[in-house]
Amino acid sequence: FYLTNVRTVLFFRAVESQNEGQCSPVDSLWRRYSEFELLRNYLLVTFPHIVVPPLPEKRADFVWHKLSADNMDPDFVERRRIGLENFLLRVASHPVLCQDKIFYSFLTQEGGWKEMVNETGFQLKADSRLKALNATFRVKNPDKRFTELKHYSDELQSVISHLLRVRARVADRLYGVYKVHGNYGRVFSEWSAIEKEMGDGLQSAGHHMDVYAASIDDILEEEEHYADQLKEYLFYAEALRAVCRKHELMQYDLEMAAQDLTSKKQQCEELATGTVRTFSLKGMTSKLFGQETPEQREAKIKVLEEQIQEGEEQLKSKNLEGRDFVKSAWADIERFKEQKNHDLKEALISYAVMQISMCKKGIQVWTNAKECFSKM
Amino acid sequence: RTCILILINSKNASQVLFFFFFPHSEFDLPEYSVRRRYQDFDWLRNKLEESQPTHLIPPLPEKFVVKGVVDRFSEEFVETRRKALDKFLKRITDHPVLSFNEHFNVFLTAKDLNAYKKQGMALLSKMGESVKYVTGGYKLRSRPLEFAAIGEYLDTFSLKLGTIDRIAQRIIKEQLEYLVELREYGPIYSTWSGLEVELSEPLEGVSACIGNCCTALEELSEDMTDDFLPVLREYILYSESMKNVLKKRDQVQAEYEAKLEAVALKKEDRPKVPTDVEKCQDRVECFNADLKADMERWQNNKRQDFRQLLMGMADKNIQYYEKCLTAWESIIPLLQDKPETK
Repeated sequence: FYLTNVRTVLFFRAVESQNEGQCSPVDSLWRRYSEFELLRNYLLVTFPHIVVPPLPEKRADFVWHKLSADNMDPDFVERRRIGLENFLLRVASHPVLCQDKIFYSFLTQEGGWKEMVNETGFQLKADSRLKALNATFRVKNPDKRFTELKHYSDELQSVISHLLRVRARVADRLYGVYKVHGNYGRVFSEWSAIEKEMGDGLQSAGHHMDVYAASIDDILEEEEHYADQLKEYLFYAEALRAVCRKHELMQYDLEMAAQDLTSKKQQCEELATGTVRTFSLKGMTSKLFGQETPEQREAKIKVLEEQIQEGEEQLKSKNLEGRDFVKSAWADIERFKEQKNHDLKEALISYAVMQISMCKKGIQVWTNAKECFSKM
Repeated sequence: RTCILILINSKNASQVLFFFFFPHSEFDLPEYSVRRRYQDFDWLRNKLEESQPTHLIPPLPEKFVVKGVVDRFSEEFVETRRKALDKFLKRITDHPVLSFNEHFNVFLTAKDLNAYKKQGMALLSKMGESVKYVTGGYKLRSRPLEFAAIGEYLDTFSLKLGTIDRIAQRIIKEQLEYLVELREYGPIYSTWSGLEVELSEPLEGVSACIGNCCTALEELSEDMTDDFLPVLREYILYSESMKNVLKKRDQVQAEYEAKLEAVALKKEDRPKVPTDVEKCQDRVECFNADLKADMERWQNNKRQDFRQLLMGMADKNIQYYEKCLTAWESIIPLLQDKPETK
């Protein structure tokens, strides 16, 4: 599949691949950016143990002065298109995510997709934000690996955003350096008019200065692709942190459940033996207003015993869930790490290649200018 | 004569001293040296202007440094000065008339120049050497075409050089601002490298590479400041002094024409042209001839000087890009390197 842009709505076409005849031949369907967001939110909730690929930015950020921060700017729209295409490719090539039916429908079914997603009721499964924030401060025994990973994702976010900000400033300044050289073109031309032998050399050298000044536009446009590659991993860091947070939440849940179970067991024991070890409101009221009847006590014990049994089963399943989560999450994290190392290495290589190309162009232009000067 | 100009800097800038060495000198000495201060060069130039008013005298580097930012004790400034003064002497040496000037000879040889200067002052009052070549303020009606053309040329020429000077300064300024950002940019890769395991070396490599580019850029800006701008400014000064010589020529011609007119008005039959009018005519013709010859020589030297200057500028930029290219090419293998599987 590939995407083309028609303003804010994406014209999206699924092309049947030669090898897999499974895709029903759908010519094209329309998807808005908001539908991409919906898809991603669905995946985040449904696969909390997966580092879900990020979407490209909705609005232009980290711009340098030449690029407008305008969302309608054709260059920005094009780069966002590439980003969305990339997102879909990432999901499609993920061993787990690619099998999801909602994702499949996103690619194949135009009408009613939104309703289908909402019918899954995934919003209900989403953890409340408040709960998520609380968990960070009260988890007693988180898996150390996840704590370290969360720390890493925070640092990664910080360093990449710093890098992107300064890169934008560097681009801005470099643009200035190149453009001022254009003024040489004009003045050499004017000067050549009053010269005899020097005239030709000056005039042609001036032309090369114009070429030099103009060359920066393409150079910086290419560099934007590098910035986009970094941005993807800036946003990936967020996805990484989300997985860690999910672990914390589950761990918190587990610890709360265990705590609850322990206190219920204690209550039960106290009622059975008649001793009050812990303070409870019931204990106090019974002291003040008289003890309850043995029948009442028996009833309470029975209720508690039921709750304890339930609680123990829940705790068991929560433990299992937790262990499963850790296992599968860590597997995806390892996969992600390898992907990240590979992708970023490629990005750095392409960046170096860009710089090399820029240097070679510079050498070429100035060599040409030198040749013109030598003929003066 | 060959001489080598060596600069010796001392703590007090006003005592910057210059040594000349004459290898294989006519004095049958292995070497001969004299000490000169900037003000001695200034004196020489004034003397040359006075004694050879029909010729174009090369310019000196600016006496006072306009921008207070420049450090007059810095190695770069002293070296720039030295080159300019060296050029000044070379230009005089190459001139068929100026090189034989008595003041120039004394400048190169006298151990005690001050004594000669004082002597010159005394002579001044006796002889009319430094008496103005032209007496009275005569006004020329119209400049002959060829000299008018020279005047116009010099006007446009110095204008264009001024523009180039401003552009070059602006480029240096932009480069330095670019450098500031690069200096923050490179180390961020280093910081990132500290967070990573497999990417650690590649990121560190990129950081070092950017650092190398910073150094190369700094060198480019310094070279432009030290070698390019001063020569440009020298030529602007040269143009100014040449325009003054043109004005002097005008005055000489004006004086002649005025005196000639005065004679014509006397309405004598077969007037005998007085000797002082003849002298004026001689002066005009000499001046014109000297000036034309000097202009031709100047044009040729100017062409060679600018050819060298601009090729030098191109060279410096090429070298800058070559240094950066080397840096980036050298890290490609580092980036592509696959770590050994543990």
